[in-house]
Amino acid sequence: MSKFKLTCDEATTICDKSQYGKATIVEIIKLRFHFLGCKICALYTKQNTILSRLLNLNKGGTTICSMTEEEKALMRKNMENFKE
Amino acid sequence: MTTDTKHTLNPDKWIDLHADYLYNYTISRVSKSEVSKDLVQETFFAGLKAMKNFEGKASERTWLIAILKRKIIDYYRKINSNKGKAEVRMNFYNDGENEGDWIEERVPQTWGSDADKAIETEELGATLAACIEKLPEKYALVFKMKTMQDFDTEEICKELDITSSNLWVIIHRARTQLRKCMEDNWFVK
Repeated sequence: MSKFKLTCDEATTICDKSQYGKATIVEIIKLRFHFLGCKICALYTKQNTILSRLLNLNKGGTTICSMTEEEKALMRKNMENFKE
Repeated sequence: MTTDTKHTLNPDKWIDLHADYLYNYTISRVSKSEVSKDLVQETFFAGLKAMKNFEGKASERTWLIAILKRKIIDYYRKINSNKGKAEVRMNFYNDGENEGDWIEERVPQTWGSDADKAIETEELGATLAACIEKLPEKYALVFKMKTMQDFDTEEICKELDITSSNLWVIIHRARTQLRKCMEDNWFVK
């Protein structure tokens, strides 16, 4: 197997990395080359980009959650018991 | 430095001062609220136990976070060792002459032409969230940290004690599974 040729598994891994801007130039070139002979991975890549946009829209990493007063009270009680 | 600048511990105030902070810290890494609460509680227990080792060099909160980090790693190790349980479906042949090729029934299907446009609906967001929840726990954890919370690769690897190639395999498997799930439940009905 030539080093330049990727399997579909490898090609899609590079595609996934590139969604985070972490694929190298060489990897991108290999990926483009793979697309010439593989429409499936080209389709995967197109859909993966849609998926990334979708994920970006649904980012909710900053929601602040807090515990309820009951939960805190229970925790306080547990700590008291633990100390004894 | 005078002794005045030394930090002290006051366990009676831990819950008021730090519980919510520790809880948020945990939930962004563990994403299960029940598990997060347990980890915070365990952190307070461990803190009580280890009080005599506190040297006052770090603030109370920093010290508690350090304990919590250990707890999160332990938790991650535990789910990591539940091997075989809820393993991700394979998308590619992993041996034989077809090694690395798509497995036929996992091949991507063409999505409707409105796949590009109709991506803002709430319903779609809910489907996406449901598909993420279907991922095995350790995949969901790594995937969310990387994708939804924008942690650095290095940071995730350090916190979860995995290698970066390990991380990309997990991301790859999570994304292929997620794509398939979105296809089945949304794009191709």
